[in-house]
Amino acid sequence: MLSRLSAGALKRAASVGPTRASTLISSSRSGSVRFASTNSSAAFENLANSRATLAGLSLFTAGSIAWYTHLYGTFPFVGEVHAGHLSDEGLHPASYPWPHSGILDTFDHASIRRGYQVYREVCAACHSLDRIAWRNLVGVSHTADEARVMAEEVEYTDGPNAEGEMFQRPGKLADYMPPPYPNEEAARAGNAGALPPDLSLIVKARHGAADYVFSLLTGYMDPPAGVEIREGMNYNPYFPGGAISMARVLFDGLVEYEDGTPATTSQMAKDVVTFLSWAAEPEHDERKKYGIKAVILFSSLTLISLYIKRFKWTSIKNRKIFYNPPVDKTH
Amino acid sequence: MSLSTAVYQTFFKRNSIFVSTVFAGAFAFGVGFDLGVTAFYDRWNAGKQWKDIRHKYVQE
Ligand code: HEC
Repeated sequence: MLSRLSAGALKRAASVGPTRASTLISSSRSGSVRFASTNSSAAFENLANSRATLAGLSLFTAGSIAWYTHLYGTFPFVGEVHAGHLSDEGLHPASYPWPHSGILDTFDHASIRRGYQVYREVCAACHSLDRIAWRNLVGVSHTADEARVMAEEVEYTDGPNAEGEMFQRPGKLADYMPPPYPNEEAARAGNAGALPPDLSLIVKARHGAADYVFSLLTGYMDPPAGVEIREGMNYNPYFPGGAISMARVLFDGLVEYEDGTPATTSQMAKDVVTFLSWAAEPEHDERKKYGIKAVILFSSLTLISLYIKRFKWTSIKNRKIFYNPPVDKTH
Repeated sequence: MSLSTAVYQTFFKRNSIFVSTVFAGAFAFGVGFDLGVTAFYDRWNAGKQWKDIRHKYVQE
């Protein structure tokens, strides 16, 4: 019903443009030969009035609105009234020039190595890193020997053995990073009820990604006048709501880097965030290399197929058809 | 014998040779393309990848 109605409306609206265009074309061509078997303006009118076009346009419109709504959370061009305050959303982080931000740039692996050290010495006291095993560090930030030694320093529960008992053994390369707490309840109990989230995918799991985590780690400050922060909470303008259970953890000179890099707060934050970006996206370097290859290959293939298309069509596009009327042979 | 005839005689005439040429060519291109892209990538990212800092940590 709706499609019928609007198809008619579309036809009426569309009939103005094409008619004028077609008179123009036909006047300029009048007296000369007719080139094609199809009338182009009629074809256009058919296209503009077809059900398929209407359905396609409606689908496209609905799709764009749905996509916009999904991306920004609101309808386009529709105003909104907020009862909350913008600080509930958290400050937007600045965009930092990460060594790996460019489309051709790999991670800075020296920074990943320092970042692992920061994670191990600082964050690992509260945050787990479930999805990273010791073997993942090999060939990324540590040698196999180093990773094996680090793994062996940790005791893992294994088993059951032949007697059906669990036993303790030193870690192997295949073991995953040990969690600081045995379970969520213990983690909450150790942090005044707040759960320190697993950091394996934290960079992918937060708006602002690496920029956000960096800003969070370096953004602690005294609460502005009029903002009440409960006992045991800390003010951080980048954290949605402003009050975060994690206190500031990075202070100048907290760790000592083996490569002599000065361990300032921002340096440590940069390194640990680079490490966490790698942990969330270990395939990053390979992926960008495949991207270069794919772009080169697919654009060459596209150019080749465009060329072949033109090549095959030249004879058709350039032909002329002559009509020789039959000669009357009766005289 | 012109060049095109020579090419035709050597690579295209027999299907077995033609198919082998395609396969060998694909293999050689794959290796060469990978080497080329990797060389560029390593130069662009000089000093950042693990292979650039590995020598500092490995003990033989
Ligand atoms: C003393 C324990 C402790 C240490 C050490 C610690 N955190 Fe946290 N962290 C927490 C707690 C608790 C939360 C949950 C905060 C909340 O939800 O209010 C948290 C939350 C986070 C979040 C999530 C914030 C969000 O948007 O939800 C990130 C990211 C984070 N920590 C990163 C780190 C990094 C990186 C380090 C190491 C430099 C670190 N933390 C060290 C306790 C800690």
